[in-house]
Amino acid sequence: MAYSDKLIEHYENPRNMGSLDKNADDVGTGLVGAPACGDVMKLQLKINDDGIIEDAKFKTFGCGSAIASSSLVTEMVKGKSIDFAEGIKNTMIAEELALPPVKIHCSVLAEDAIKAAIADYRKKQAERAATPSE
Amino acid sequence: MAVTLPIYLDNHATTPLDPRVLDEMLPYLTQHFGNAASRNHSFGWTANEAVERAREQVAALIGADPKEIIFTSGATESDNLGIIGAARFNSKKGKHIITSKLEHKAVLDSCHALESEGFEITFLDSDPDGIVKPAQVEAAIRPDTVLCAIMMANNEIGTINPIAEIGAVCRRHNVIFHVDAVQALGRVAIDVTAMNVDLMAISAHKMYGPKGIGALYVRRGRPRIRLEPLIHGGGHERGLRSGTLPVHQIVGLGAAAKYALEALQNGENDRIRALRDRLWEGLQKNLDHLYINGSWEHRLPNNLNCSFAYVEGEALMMGIKAIACSSGSACTSASLEPSYVLRALGVDVELAHTSMRFGVGRFNTEEEIDFAIELITEKVRWLRQMSPLYELVQEGVDLKTIQWAAH
Ligand SMILES: Cc1ncc(COP(=O)(O)O)c(C=O)c1O
Ligand code: FES
Repeated sequence: MAYSDKLIEHYENPRNMGSLDKNADDVGTGLVGAPACGDVMKLQLKINDDGIIEDAKFKTFGCGSAIASSSLVTEMVKGKSIDFAEGIKNTMIAEELALPPVKIHCSVLAEDAIKAAIADYRKKQAERAATPSE
Repeated sequence: MAVTLPIYLDNHATTPLDPRVLDEMLPYLTQHFGNAASRNHSFGWTANEAVERAREQVAALIGADPKEIIFTSGATESDNLGIIGAARFNSKKGKHIITSKLEHKAVLDSCHALESEGFEITFLDSDPDGIVKPAQVEAAIRPDTVLCAIMMANNEIGTINPIAEIGAVCRRHNVIFHVDAVQALGRVAIDVTAMNVDLMAISAHKMYGPKGIGALYVRRGRPRIRLEPLIHGGGHERGLRSGTLPVHQIVGLGAAAKYALEALQNGENDRIRALRDRLWEGLQKNLDHLYINGSWEHRLPNNLNCSFAYVEGEALMMGIKAIACSSGSACTSASLEPSYVLRALGVDVELAHTSMRFGVGRFNTEEEIDFAIELITEKVRWLRQMSPLYELVQEGVDLKTIQWAAH
């Protein structure tokens, strides 16, 4: 398949590849996809008390488009607010990387991963608020 | 010795044209341009002599008589003509056909086309070894079975079927036996008489010949196999395949068959097997979690089909662009379905997504294999660093215990 230079560049030099401490209170983890479908994306966001994403890391099992989509999305959200991250649409990723039509679902996965990571962060925050402090 | 990139390790898809074959073809594109059917001048005679020489060369490769060789546009046409032609001619005898789920699409879709004419097809299942068992074929035979189509060697996993044993079963039950031998030519010794094969599909471009030319072997001895032609016209090829013969292509097929027969005798396959084994052993030394797909023992000497667990096939191919190979991963196909061959073997879908096929050929060198081992090792390690699945496995998590949201 013929891919855009930008996609290939992200695949060859992925940004923010790695992991954050999934047990930390200020880290939200999203794990989406399924091995049986050929794609699994893990996205982690470290979010400060002002709701700003201080750090983002990913690991992806999937095709080059899936890897590039996750790399790009970490770049897009770093230093931004949760609200901004929640507003990211897969079409923005697909356009930026010029994904071919059969690869659009790889960008959908990246959008899902962001939403899942934010949901995990919120759940942790709610649990923390509910736990009485000693 | 420096290697020239990219390295071609996709010899199941097609093989490069052997320069010796090209040399033999060229005069038939220039001065010897005659029509082999022109009976009244030397242009025609020269062309016809070349065609008949090629017919002998193809026949010699499979132990047939030259009169039993029909030239076609390739193995796809040969599979269509053999299966559909024989089924239609013999439809009064019965309308049941046996084949296997691992066959090439040219066979599977020819069978499906017959379903619309009232034929019933039995698609045999496969064990994880990918080998069709003679007993399986025998158990599937019914009084109305007219034809059985089983390939000699599989184009994805390289497994070799016990054709002689299956041929004996078919002969005993008076069932026409069609064999797609495309991947086995020049790699496995073939004798259509000893193997009781009635129809055999042949292609030039998997044995260092040109694309767009092939042949169908049609048994004339006992039993004599009759076919209904699919292409009508000037009555070429005993009326079974009309159309002016592409003489240069046929010369290329003949020359390729001559060198394929040589390859069976001059140790070429031992050299290729050693390169294939070097590749597999080198990868195994460097990497864990590798799995062979299909029987290792009953396999073409040039085939390696294995899964690199936790690394998706297309992503790996992007990383190893300097090596031409292929993957059974869904992400490489327009349909987003992983290889139907691997699925039919019962290979875990997860592992199918991580499968790669390497096909070693006549022109590969040890240096190329060593380069491939290094590059594949480096990229698999890198992609595993990036793989959330590999991370989970390293943490001791059993991936089967995770609730994945399938989509
Ligand atoms: C097993 C098998 N049968 C048939 C074919 C089709 O041959 P051709 O390309 O000559 O039509 C191929 C090649 O793709 C093959 O591998
Ligand atoms: S992960 Fe399969 S197509 Fe992208």
